Amino acid sequence: MSAEKLTDYGSAIREGFAYLLKSYPEVFVIGQGLWSPWYVGNSMSDLDKEFGVNRIIDTPVSESACTGAAVGAAIAGMKPVVVHPRMDFMLYAMDSIVNEAAKWSSMMGGQATAGVTVRAIINRGGEQGAQHSQSLHSWFTHIPGLRVVMPATATDARDLLIASVLCKDPVIFIDDRWLYSESEILPQVSEIELRIQGPKITNVGTQVTLVGAGFSAKLCSDVAKILAAEGISAETIDIRVLNPFDPSLIIESVLKTGRLVVIDGGWSNSGFASEIIASVTEQIDPISLKSSPLRVTLPDAPAPASSALEKIYYTSADDVAAAVRASIS
Amino acid sequence: MSLEYDLRSGSISASKHLDEKLDLQGWVENDLLEQLKMMQLIRFCENKLAEMRRQGKIGGPVHLGAGQEAIAVGISKYLRKSDRIFSAHRSHAHLLALGSDPRALFAEVLGRSTGLTKGMGGSMHLWDQPNGFYGSVPIVAGTVPLAVGAGLAAKLEGSNDIGVVYFGDGAAEEGIVHESLNLASQLRIPVLFVCENNLFSSHMHISQRQPLQSVARFADANGIKNQIVDGNNLLDVQAASEELINFIRSGEGPAFIEAITYRQYGHVDWREDIDVGVNRSSEDLALWKNRDPIRRLSEALISLNSELESEISNQTKELLSLVDLAWSKAESDPFPSPSSLLGTVYSAVSK
Repeated sequence: MSAEKLTDYGSAIREGFAYLLKSYPEVFVIGQGLWSPWYVGNSMSDLDKEFGVNRIIDTPVSESACTGAAVGAAIAGMKPVVVHPRMDFMLYAMDSIVNEAAKWSSMMGGQATAGVTVRAIINRGGEQGAQHSQSLHSWFTHIPGLRVVMPATATDARDLLIASVLCKDPVIFIDDRWLYSESEILPQVSEIELRIQGPKITNVGTQVTLVGAGFSAKLCSDVAKILAAEGISAETIDIRVLNPFDPSLIIESVLKTGRLVVIDGGWSNSGFASEIIASVTEQIDPISLKSSPLRVTLPDAPAPASSALEKIYYTSADDVAAAVRASIS
Repeated sequence: MSLEYDLRSGSISASKHLDEKLDLQGWVENDLLEQLKMMQLIRFCENKLAEMRRQGKIGGPVHLGAGQEAIAVGISKYLRKSDRIFSAHRSHAHLLALGSDPRALFAEVLGRSTGLTKGMGGSMHLWDQPNGFYGSVPIVAGTVPLAVGAGLAAKLEGSNDIGVVYFGDGAAEEGIVHESLNLASQLRIPVLFVCENNLFSSHMHISQRQPLQSVARFADANGIKNQIVDGNNLLDVQAASEELINFIRSGEGPAFIEAITYRQYGHVDWREDIDVGVNRSSEDLALWKNRDPIRRLSEALISLNSELESEISNQTKELLSLVDLAWSKAESDPFPSPSSLLGTVYSAVSK
């Protein structure tokens, strides 16, 4: 018997694609850079060779038309995935996402849906600066009709991708290059139903509830480890699905711990961290809180290019641990 | 000199080619009578909507296509139920020409649950997929890439169905149209782009918005086969449609029709004399009413066979009462239940 192998997050995404392309002839992938490892890391290596360039379509520099075409193909019954190697460039495609895909079911009286998956990659750091760095997940959670998914683990990267593509609704699937080397032993592929997926407790604790999505969920786990070494017990929750959002697990946790700290890779104002805190606090008696809820987000500035500024711009586990310590003491 | 020459030299309305008598030679009389009937049905539906809007019986805006009927009717002759047709805010003609039920259109305009989109869409969001109408929405040019994608889907499925998208000359000023033309051409996607150039976007004449008055130049720029036709001449539209749709179905890639036309009502609602608050030229209106596509076709038919006059007259009466009946039925249809508000945001089925 061979030892079970570790699979990293990027390879897990590739496994998800391979599974979909093998099992569902109506799946195809369209976007810029799909024939190049430079754009999408190891997450789509050689899929064009395995499944053909007709189903793995590298495209002209047209985020807007490619996204619109994927939406149209979905309306016509296909299960397309449109890939944006950097989320920043996807802003050209907002009409197709927000006005067309998100509203199609409602506008057409529920008789047709745009079951497209928009895969947006957060690709930041490395002195790339303001337009190659953004995490804009909060924007999309504001739109009824869109499902917004952010996997934090390799297993979720694969299985939530499969669930997103099989779902009849438009899904914004956001993965993060900072997670690509995170590895774990993957279970067998299982086709899970996206609409019953939601937040998950990833570490049971008693003194504080740490919440995040995507890379921020990993930060929560890192913070919990730091705090555990100091004797502080943190419960961590990986949000996984940001829209439609079900806060019930977080509410339960905060009722137990009395403290809520939310880490978000976006900005503070009108960001998803605010939504989590509002959803929890409006449902509980304020007296059950032992300290004020806390948002840990980016400073309200575009991403800097200089490495000296990047160090203070991005949130570190140590920063969060210090904030939690302060709120407990 | 040709119509195309006149257009490219910049004087669309003045082209005498737009006043030519229809030459029916080579066309089947009974077919043409059917086409005329469809054009009349569309006209009477639009007139009904104009009148009901004037009377305040319709709550929302209606963008009427009276005067533009020959385009949709001519193109639809060569379409199949399995093709994928998309449109925009002025879409009633495109929908009805595919055989959609006027009562369901009226019910939708009235926000009733029996409407084409179950009362959720109104005049500007229509759907009748069983007849090939995949959807219309009012974001200018919003459906252009969608039709490209629906055509791409047909190609990947290995069928020779096509995507079709109707849009206006104003939409040609949106960047997404140019990306879509390039993408469709590069990937040889089976899609027909139909630009109804009615010379106006809202209150602005094309000469106030573009340096040239014909938009087919954008098809040329992207290597897409195209024709410019007199959109008020059914036979012109049909001849171009037959050729270009056959070309697309044979797997050669996309094609583009620019149909020159004019809307008899203003941009929105029932007024003839006003476009969103700006006065329209009464000379232009008179000129173009003289080029009415329905009158041109019926006059050509009657001049060839005078017995058709009474047939057309009877047909007109029947259509008018059909439209009246459809309206009165739609008016007594029920409104959507409150549960449909949240019930249609996400799909009811899992996969």
